[in-house]
Amino acid sequence: MPRILTGNRLETGDVLWWHGRCWSTQIKDAVEIGAEGEALLASLIAAERINDPTFIEVTGEPGAFVPTTTRERVRASGPSVRADLARGSLSVEAI
Amino acid sequence: MYRYDQYDQAIVDARVAEFKDQVGRRLRNEITEDQFKPLRLMNGLYLQLHAYMLRVAIPYGTLSGTQMRMLAHIARTYDRDYGHFTTRQNIQYNWIKLEQFSDLLDDLSKVEMHAFQTSGNCIRNISSDQFAGAAADEIADPRPYAELLRQWSTLHPEFSFLPRKFKIAVIASDSDRAAIQLHDIGLQLYRNADGVTGFRVYVGGGMGRTPIIGKVVREFIPVGQFLSYSEAILRVYNRHGRRDNIYKARIKILVTELGIEEFTRQVEAEWATLEPLGLDAPQAEYDRIIAQFADPAYEIGAPDTIDLSDPDFKLWVDQNVHAHKQPGYAIATISLKPKSGIPGDASSAQMDVIADLAEKYAHDEIRVTHSQNLVLAHVRKVDLYAMWQALAAADLATPNLDLVTDIIACPGMDYCTLANARSIPIAQKIAAKFENSISEQRDIGELKIKVSGCINGCGHHHAGHIGILGVDKKGEEAYQLLLGGSGAEDASLAKILGPGFDENGIIDAVDKLIAFYRSARSAPTERFLDTYRRLGAAPFKEAVYA
Ligand code: HEM
Ligand code: SF4
Repeated sequence: MPRILTGNRLETGDVLWWHGRCWSTQIKDAVEIGAEGEALLASLIAAERINDPTFIEVTGEPGAFVPTTTRERVRASGPSVRADLARGSLSVEAI
Repeated sequence: MYRYDQYDQAIVDARVAEFKDQVGRRLRNEITEDQFKPLRLMNGLYLQLHAYMLRVAIPYGTLSGTQMRMLAHIARTYDRDYGHFTTRQNIQYNWIKLEQFSDLLDDLSKVEMHAFQTSGNCIRNISSDQFAGAAADEIADPRPYAELLRQWSTLHPEFSFLPRKFKIAVIASDSDRAAIQLHDIGLQLYRNADGVTGFRVYVGGGMGRTPIIGKVVREFIPVGQFLSYSEAILRVYNRHGRRDNIYKARIKILVTELGIEEFTRQVEAEWATLEPLGLDAPQAEYDRIIAQFADPAYEIGAPDTIDLSDPDFKLWVDQNVHAHKQPGYAIATISLKPKSGIPGDASSAQMDVIADLAEKYAHDEIRVTHSQNLVLAHVRKVDLYAMWQALAAADLATPNLDLVTDIIACPGMDYCTLANARSIPIAQKIAAKFENSISEQRDIGELKIKVSGCINGCGHHHAGHIGILGVDKKGEEAYQLLLGGSGAEDASLAKILGPGFDENGIIDAVDKLIAFYRSARSAPTERFLDTYRRLGAAPFKEAVYA
């Protein structure tokens, strides 16, 4: 199963996904992480600018990754009960 | 209402300055997240699913209009225009930015508010009766004692690193509107046979993973000595509480493991050494604080009748208005459970409306209830109609207090990192079945449904007439069904009825329970809980699972 990298921005708490060079606030920008991920994660932890960086499992294709857990789908879409606050790239219905 | 003196304000200002410095150091990477996290938690700042979450303390749930307006300002300026009132009479914001946090704290401190001790292993915000000072059945206003506890527990150096969090509730009537038997310490003010006022002291109640009803550690402690007695309880707990195991660290486990007799013996021994030290507040301090909770200037001779000719207004009065101790006045509860709403949520615009109405009609006081509603406690009966119209215009006049749609729900997996399942959609779907017919809701009568998204029980599912608990079933959201709990003076713990359900299944199950109850109650006045107590679980189980 593909894995992607997520975390929260220290300054704002924003939910982020790694898009290859930097972070995006949209899960549609997320890239699959391969074996290079461990070194990347270690460097992110050491840099102390992203809270709780972690890999999550997803299904689907790049551009339309869907996390396997409800929790991560909620993080990607926004609260399921506030469609008006949705993040845009994963619909609340996908939770 | 209590107003800060120079010491209260100095403490808050110093703490705000300290935390602003800590935030600055974290933002400049001078400290790591591991170092910073315990500091931010001590200041009420969590990291949740979508952003930082801030919990602001509302001492004993009492607010002025100015304070409510500041909460609205914070929602508007630093959050996404709403806040969530909680079962501990606090408010939470879900979209806070660390880089704006210093400004936010400055704003809060301007209205004598802060967020410290709303998280961490310390004495948390003291909770109380939302009808305090207005209820006809109380012997005195319990809030001066809650305020004394607040001052005593604020940054108390000995109790800043307890084995686990510690929650205290204070009431002064036989009706328990603050769930005192489900707190670490529950205090009930009453007058004994000699006419002396003092507290009945419950200890070791709580919900969460191991729900327990509090036990009486002392039948009567005179008001003048309740602080030193509380100190003795905390000392015994601080010394012997299970720091080795987070799941056994609450005082309820210590009380259970020692037995209430041995626990009491240790508290009494500790108190015998503490009491002579003169730690209790002097009478002048009691007097100073009690004076600040003096009755508002009631209008003597205010008309004691209400014109109920508007049927919608009558419905609201019947359901959401309670008797006041002062002739001509009434207590009004504002439901935060509107149709299709999120239990406990209020927009900044609604908060502003409530602040205005409190100032105009309710002697500038607002209360938060543990069932996530708000109360305007001192309203002239002649003003009720105009006030109701203004509430209705802001979608704040749902006449459903204590009915099936007045559901408590924690944030659950829509917001909370600890959740197993979502709570809010469950509350909404149950409510949706009944919210179009108030007469049907009133026919069902008092019914307290409480939903938590995980075993921590923030949604009080153990105290629900019907309790719903979110669990994880192989990665899917699932729900357990519990029956028979009560957080009131007849406290009891809800018990699991049978196997769990998926989302649709739990909604159906609640439907079946209610249908069965309506067919089985002995009279329309018999509450769901009473029918359950009379018949036991078996027929309810049969109704759901057969
Ligand atoms: C969203 C962030 C929240 C987190 C991380 C959180 C965390 C927790 C945890 C870990 C416990 C269990 C403590 C223990 O058993 O020792 C707990 C209990 C509790 N929380 Fe929360 N909670 C949150 C939100 C809330 C909200 C929104 C409310 C009110 C609606 C609330 C009210 C309570 C209450 C009443 C308890 C039960 C206390 C007891 O065990 O007696 N919490 N919470
Ligand atoms: S009960 Fe669980 S899911 Fe609900 S707010 Fe508390 S910790 Fe979160």
